[in-house]
Amino acid sequence: MSFRSAPLTVPAPAEVKESLLDAEIRAAIDSQVAKYPAEWKQSAVMAALTLVQDWNGGWLSPDLMDAVATYLDMPPVAVYEVATFYNMYDLEPTAKHKVCVCNSISCLLNGSEELIAHVEKKYGLKPGQTSADGRFTFKEVECLGACRHAPAVLLGQTYHEGLTPEALDKLIEGLG
Amino acid sequence: MVDRQNTVCFRTLHLDQPWTLAAYRSVGGYAQWEKILRERPDPNDIINELKLSNLRGRGGAGFPTGLKWSFMPRSAPGQKYIVCNSDEGEPGTCKDRDILRYNPHQLVEGMAIAGYCIGATVGYNYIRGEFYEPMARFETAVREAYEAGLIGRDIAGTGIDFDLYVHAGAGAYICGEETALLESIEGKKGQPRYKPPFPAQVGLYGRPTTINNTESLASVPVILEKGGQWFLEQGLPNNGGPKLFSVTGHVEKPDNFEIPLGTPFKDLLALAGGVKGGRVLKAVIPGGSSTPVVPGEVMMGVTMDYDAIAKAGSMLGSGAVIVLAEGTDMVKVLANLAHFYAAESCGQCTPCREGTGWLSRVLHRLLHGQGRTEDLELLDSVAGHIGGRTICALGDAAAMPVQSFLKHYRHEFQHYIEHGRSLVEAA
Repeated sequence: MSFRSAPLTVPAPAEVKESLLDAEIRAAIDSQVAKYPAEWKQSAVMAALTLVQDWNGGWLSPDLMDAVATYLDMPPVAVYEVATFYNMYDLEPTAKHKVCVCNSISCLLNGSEELIAHVEKKYGLKPGQTSADGRFTFKEVECLGACRHAPAVLLGQTYHEGLTPEALDKLIEGLG
Repeated sequence: MVDRQNTVCFRTLHLDQPWTLAAYRSVGGYAQWEKILRERPDPNDIINELKLSNLRGRGGAGFPTGLKWSFMPRSAPGQKYIVCNSDEGEPGTCKDRDILRYNPHQLVEGMAIAGYCIGATVGYNYIRGEFYEPMARFETAVREAYEAGLIGRDIAGTGIDFDLYVHAGAGAYICGEETALLESIEGKKGQPRYKPPFPAQVGLYGRPTTINNTESLASVPVILEKGGQWFLEQGLPNNGGPKLFSVTGHVEKPDNFEIPLGTPFKDLLALAGGVKGGRVLKAVIPGGSSTPVVPGEVMMGVTMDYDAIAKAGSMLGSGAVIVLAEGTDMVKVLANLAHFYAAESCGQCTPCREGTGWLSRVLHRLLHGQGRTEDLELLDSVAGHIGGRTICALGDAAAMPVQSFLKHYRHEFQHYIEHGRSLVEAA
């Protein structure tokens, strides 16, 4: 396999870009683009998708991915490839809150199964599903790198560690 | 009896708000970088000091850091890069997160020194996306360093440039593989590249690049301050320095411990409070989930260094010590590990993409009482056909646990096949 290291640039006119997303998001993407060489705007695609996903309430629609592609001068398929590859992007509607329970080895040895079974039973959810009241989406995730205070849960941008089912319940009850 | 040393990566840990510039300054932080700015030493002298220290890559491969830096065509024209791998995700490993949270400035200093030595004026730290708090700490440290005139363009009028940026991941274990990480910074799927060419020749954006683990880079300022010889003497020949060990699983006090390489495992286990609930030690996965499992009685006679663990049939890896107590269902543990690799295989190489899923499915049916007589042979065969047949090491990482669990605990798997349930009581 030959090695290719060239960006897949598909330039879009500036006036088209000015109508995309919103001004604040565009400015935030611009500050990400500035980290990389001028011809490598696509290096900002991961950060741009994260920004747009958060702005959209937790998930990415095809239209939003297309907007990111146009804004970064990328072919849409290159953006879809990235959005489908990385686990933190959600391509179906989710609740505002995501309860991500780690299921990897150190957490398994310290009770993550009980946490997962508890959420499944109490809220009737399988991983990937959103609670009936629409408050949170339940996800099982691979190692969060918080193994020393297992079991760990990522809720929004915060790690909660050493959780019991009761403690997890309290967190879920406290969600707005 | 060994105690935690906290002399290198954790040297600020005892301070109030150890992540601030003031705290880092108070332990001599940035003195090495300022000395370099002042004296402009020959980068080869620094690289030789690192070689003397025997610092080996802390991400898992254990490749000597000084030697890696010496591969860079430092004087070649054009842009070169230093990249830090903070994509910590090997199950059991949680050390780099604490370096980012509690001593981020030492990593900034280490990256600046690396940039000077390899001729890179730009650095990227690739931090996994879930690490919001560690990323914020590191970004604050970078901002403080810019404001203090420690990094940037024409630093303190020396003509030396060093710009440092964070690239956030978005949930993919494979991006901890160095060439997948480079692909990811380039805005693509994180699929590993063939080597050669190696990153020192063709790396980020096709330019010469060195990629080091967080702990490796954060160790550099202290090695320069105290000398390569000092660092080497903290550990063993060929195994320089203290290292961070993440001890997790069935122990009373799981934690990260900075202790000398060569420390007896039994002392490390005692530091972590011993096996949980006073149970007997059954087995240890000594270097992160992809390293072969070692029976407890063997492990109790092993020292924690690259060579001794290799002799015991496993690897020191990232220093993630996963402790399994008596009563642990090894079939369940292996099924969990196999699930992880199946979920995280990037899908590029057929043996790994198909093989990891196959292993996971066979172990799943075994665990659920539907094992078949031929399954053990099948697991051996599938694992044997992944290892060594893929572009990157994830294939081997998926195969090694299977082979080692079957070697040491075959009877437990056999019992599941014959009786449809576990040989041991649930842990």
